[in-house]
Amino acid sequence: MNTSSNDFSTTASRSRTALFKKWFPQETLIAWLLILPSLIGISLFVIIPTLRGFYLSFTDSDLLSHANFIGLQNYSHLIQDTQFWSSLKITAVYVLFNIPLQTVLALALAMAMWRLTKSIFVRAIIFLPYLIPMLMVTLVWMTILHYDFGPINGFIKAVFGTDARIDFLGQDLIIPSIAFINTWRYVGYTAILFFAGLQTIPNNLYEAASIDGAGEWTTFRFITLPLLRPVMVFVLITSLVGSFQVYDSVAVASVPSGGPGAASRVIYWYIVNLAFSRFQMGYAATVAVALFIIAMAIAWINFKYFQANQSDLN
Amino acid sequence: MRNDLTSTKIVSTKKTKKKISFGRIFAWVLILLWIVITLFPLLWIVRMAFSTQRDLMANPTSLLPVNPTLDAFKRVFGMLPLTQIIAQGGFSRKLDFLLYLRNTTIVTTAAVFGGLIFDSLAAYAFARLHFRGRDKIFLIYIGALIMPTVLNLIPNFILIHSLGWVGTLQGIIAPYFLGSAFGVFFLRQFFLGINSELEDAAKLDGAGTLGIFWHIIIPISLPPLLTISILNFINIWNNFQWPYFAGGMGGKENATVLTVALAALRAQQQSGIPDFTGMMAGTLISLIPILVLFLFLGRRVVDSIQFSGIK
Repeated sequence: MNTSSNDFSTTASRSRTALFKKWFPQETLIAWLLILPSLIGISLFVIIPTLRGFYLSFTDSDLLSHANFIGLQNYSHLIQDTQFWSSLKITAVYVLFNIPLQTVLALALAMAMWRLTKSIFVRAIIFLPYLIPMLMVTLVWMTILHYDFGPINGFIKAVFGTDARIDFLGQDLIIPSIAFINTWRYVGYTAILFFAGLQTIPNNLYEAASIDGAGEWTTFRFITLPLLRPVMVFVLITSLVGSFQVYDSVAVASVPSGGPGAASRVIYWYIVNLAFSRFQMGYAATVAVALFIIAMAIAWINFKYFQANQSDLN
Repeated sequence: MRNDLTSTKIVSTKKTKKKISFGRIFAWVLILLWIVITLFPLLWIVRMAFSTQRDLMANPTSLLPVNPTLDAFKRVFGMLPLTQIIAQGGFSRKLDFLLYLRNTTIVTTAAVFGGLIFDSLAAYAFARLHFRGRDKIFLIYIGALIMPTVLNLIPNFILIHSLGWVGTLQGIIAPYFLGSAFGVFFLRQFFLGINSELEDAAKLDGAGTLGIFWHIIIPISLPPLLTISILNFINIWNNFQWPYFAGGMGGKENATVLTVALAALRAQQQSGIPDFTGMMAGTLISLIPILVLFLFLGRRVVDSIQFSGIK
């Protein structure tokens, strides 16, 4: 930053480069060079699309003709849209089956592994389903649960007779079945997160509790569970937000019309149906905004309720 | 005094051991039961892939294929004429799973390597370089991190559509290629934890920013770089929704990835049921690369997941 010069004619250009250097030192230039590709990617495919999604929800975009701004028309339509409300209800029922089953089972498995076997082999097997695409997981379980030639119904038929067979993929049971299939894939993943959380709990706490004569349940209730809070929040937020956006398994397990009947028309199915079958991009974006708000609210409530950033260890 | 303490401790551990013996049995049963429930569908994939469509109906409970056959594999690799495929109750269109495998491999490779390069460059800048507005820009990444993906699907599709990339592989790759907010966040976190003494020493020796990045940071960051690659590999290899829409909804053979081809297979055939055996043969084909990866990197995969949850 040497701006003092005797030669008057070059001072102007020198001070300009000096100013340039002050505002853009080499480090800044390199830094921008390094973050630029990533920043473009994030902006182009996450930030701008999200903002654009909000904007689209106020338009009548149909992908082909010019999109007109129509204010809150989509939103007032949404409130009266019975299909939206029924899809919201179906999704909520799905979440009510999926989240308790998955979380409790994962926690039980993590605790059992923590106590009995720290074998990486057991953890690896339990984790295995997570590596299989949701779509294939659903295809396989569809065949296993099939009414006519699934092994489960084959077994039931052999033991209890043809009439005792259970129509797992029929109108009444499709949502619980999909919840179970999702649990099958994600429970190992969640159990490993819990397992990692258990590893962070200092052993001397358990020793102290056992000296004080605390029973198994008391120890779990007052030591394990509170100290698992950060992991619990992470698990609940990601799995709740994920569950509300359930789509792949529904798209495969049910017939394309969201059936059997309308039994598996979850919100995401409705969004995709509006956008890619009816090309009502604007209104589809409105439903997506509604789902977005639900997801954010869930994350926020979780965060507030569990005070995720605080660990009892500090 | 000391003796006293140890003796109470022994008594109490004895007591708990007796108490939980029932619990221990229950816990073992739970683990073993879940291992069986985990492995059974994998057995079922193999069992169905080597069966004929007819035997599926006739022998639903047999654990092994009744008449083992490679027909399903021949069908999904497009090695049989259409008349024979239909006679076997197969999917009534010629399939080419080698092509879909190639497509998935191209998409996943490009996305994983692109993500690795651009994530680590940006993460390094955020962790180590000083520049105006750094923390404000990083807030954008935090925002992107917590954004649910619902709102993105439609605008991203419109963007790819306006580029004329619907039904092409680059259309599928585009959103992944420049990396992810999670990748940058994750690697930055690791870079921040690296002791800067090494870098300072290198700086004194006259090494430039990029030299330090390449010769010091990268070599000691191989584990987290592998972690982020594994996580991306699993997610992208397994993705269905985005490749389905960006790839032209299954209409373009050259942009059809494995998951999309498999989803198409579930359509009803003339025989009254979908081509289940072909579906399972295709599933087996697309699972093999993931299972091989898991076989070699199993411990690292599990550790990666554990690591990603605690942060």
